[in-house]
Amino acid sequence: MSIFLDKNSKVFVQGITGAEGSYHTGRMLAYGTNIVGGVTPGKGGQKTEHGLPVFNTVEECVAATGATHQCIFVPPAGAADALFEAYEAGIRFSVCITEGVPVHDMLRVVGATPGMRIIGPNCPGLISPGKSSIGIMPGHIFKEGNVGLISRSGTLTYEVVDGLTRAGLGQSTCVGIGGDPIIGTTFVDCLREFANDAQTKAIVICGEIGGSDEEDAAAFVKEHLAGMPIVAFVGGRNAPPGKSLGHAGAIISGGFGTPESKIKAFQAAGVPVAERPSDIPKLLAERMAAV
Amino acid sequence: MNLMEYQGKELFRRSGIPVPRSQHCTTPDEVAAFIEQNPGKWVVKAQVLMGGRGKAGKIKFATNADEGRKVAQEIMATPMPPNRQNPNGEAIKSLLVEETLDVALEAYCAISVDRTTKKPAVIVTKFGGMDVEEVHDKHPESFSTFFVDTAIGYSPFIGRKLAFSTDLDPGYRKQFPAILAGMYELFFAYGAKLVEINPLVLTKDGRVIAADAKVELDDDALFRHPEFKQWQTVLPLDEDETLATDAGLGIRNFRRFGGTVGTMANGAGLAMGTMDAVKNAGGEIANFLDVGGGANAERVRKCYELVVNHTNAKVFFINIFGGITRGDEVAKGIVEALNTTKSRKIPLVIRLTGTNEVEGRRILAEAGMTPVETMDEGAKRAVELAAVSS
Repeated sequence: MSIFLDKNSKVFVQGITGAEGSYHTGRMLAYGTNIVGGVTPGKGGQKTEHGLPVFNTVEECVAATGATHQCIFVPPAGAADALFEAYEAGIRFSVCITEGVPVHDMLRVVGATPGMRIIGPNCPGLISPGKSSIGIMPGHIFKEGNVGLISRSGTLTYEVVDGLTRAGLGQSTCVGIGGDPIIGTTFVDCLREFANDAQTKAIVICGEIGGSDEEDAAAFVKEHLAGMPIVAFVGGRNAPPGKSLGHAGAIISGGFGTPESKIKAFQAAGVPVAERPSDIPKLLAERMAAV
Repeated sequence: MNLMEYQGKELFRRSGIPVPRSQHCTTPDEVAAFIEQNPGKWVVKAQVLMGGRGKAGKIKFATNADEGRKVAQEIMATPMPPNRQNPNGEAIKSLLVEETLDVALEAYCAISVDRTTKKPAVIVTKFGGMDVEEVHDKHPESFSTFFVDTAIGYSPFIGRKLAFSTDLDPGYRKQFPAILAGMYELFFAYGAKLVEINPLVLTKDGRVIAADAKVELDDDALFRHPEFKQWQTVLPLDEDETLATDAGLGIRNFRRFGGTVGTMANGAGLAMGTMDAVKNAGGEIANFLDVGGGANAERVRKCYELVVNHTNAKVFFINIFGGITRGDEVAKGIVEALNTTKSRKIPLVIRLTGTNEVEGRRILAEAGMTPVETMDEGAKRAVELAAVSS
């Protein structure tokens, strides 16, 4: 079935006439995403270069097209506004590609939009291979299959996917959750969905140093996904020094986001941690064969 | 953007958080003049972003004008000593002359954002005055945390609840909820990522005062508060950071390691992965370089020159996985870099895949270059070439 997104999902693009919005709309259409229109205030009534209708407001777009999924390519100062506008118009799924959204904007959004699934901000989006893609991921490296993938990084995700596809391990859904302090959807949120997805038979968790998302994910796996073949990767083990980890933030979670703490957490949950991305397919295939 | 103590305390004052009486000074003479007019026992504190001022001898006491001038000169004579995160140390450009407090107890209080619950988190412990990590090691059970519902905001019960649960001395209790209200107001009014008081002092005469102030504002929200731009402390860049800036990169996008395999990738995750791959192939890394998203021809040329001219690289491994970065743009950049650069030439190993990879490869092929298929293959080839070139 895949999670969050399938070929029937009706997608609209906020900021569809901007340079990035327009370019990636073309790429999503080429992949097969069911894009039904876009929103750019002041350009309502026009058609995009792809022949899609443009609306002044999300409400008009939803009324005319029945859109259910939002993809945001607006500048950082307007991202929260775009999310609120979509929420008011009844949209309950959004992908925010925008980088540089103020942290407090996201605090407000997350607190005031119960029931809305937001991916990002500052993320590459998500893809259910063979069905649909929302965001900026290069579609042709993916292959439809049974592996669910979640990642905090953009380009490293592509590296991992490339390896899986070359090894014949297709994917159900791949989600790039983004690396900002406040994001709409965490690893655990995705794991919960994968746990209930019939298509997903194995999972790759592509983490990074810093924060406690990986530790939280490991704890969830231990509790709810004990039988699922899962492989993890922790990027940045040779990271350049100088990247400070937050004081109070680390205290809340009781850990300090070190690679050691993450690797230990995964191992305690019975999840092998790959040394390098190219080791992931083999490790995963072994786990899948053992089930 | 981190604020200096005197700037944080200015925001504390605006939000009604009690702070010691103080004067911000930029010269020893100003310190002396202030103490001359305001006799008493004063503490003179270096204004820097680095921690560890006390241990570095950058906090001193003075009871008269001459003493004030002398300790000010001593503090400002040398910069803050370097540490791991600040290898250059930090110059001391100003001082805060502050009323000394008759301290009875020291507590800790902070508001931050929590990624897991996606909420602001208030953290309190009755043990303050030392590094919060140290408190966490010694008294982990003393921490009391409250995740704030943004729809409710601050309500005094939150302060009471936290005070009781960390067993804060009764002397704090009456004033603590109001102080927390002030912190909360500041946190939201300016879109802060961190508001921290360490220590929150209870004086012997029963006052509760923020003896230090640590405020981190959100760089992404500064467009709403342009008035803070003038408060921005620009620390001197180290050599790698300067080179990065000169090449049009972010200060954290480039770092040298002394090895012979130069690297460049798009995205920090892939750049770190590229270094891992070179290490796994038995090579020594010359540098970390994240060229960022949407790398164009000019940027690629500058990065090429940066690596060739300023590292020990004998070979240059370019690893591009296009998402928002377009393969054809990068390929054009590589070809143009080689055609226009006046720098020496070193062997290139190029891995180019993802968005517009076919077009990108065609451009490289026309220029006589053959890209490798995978990151590991590229790393292996680069390590071999580096060995041959030695």
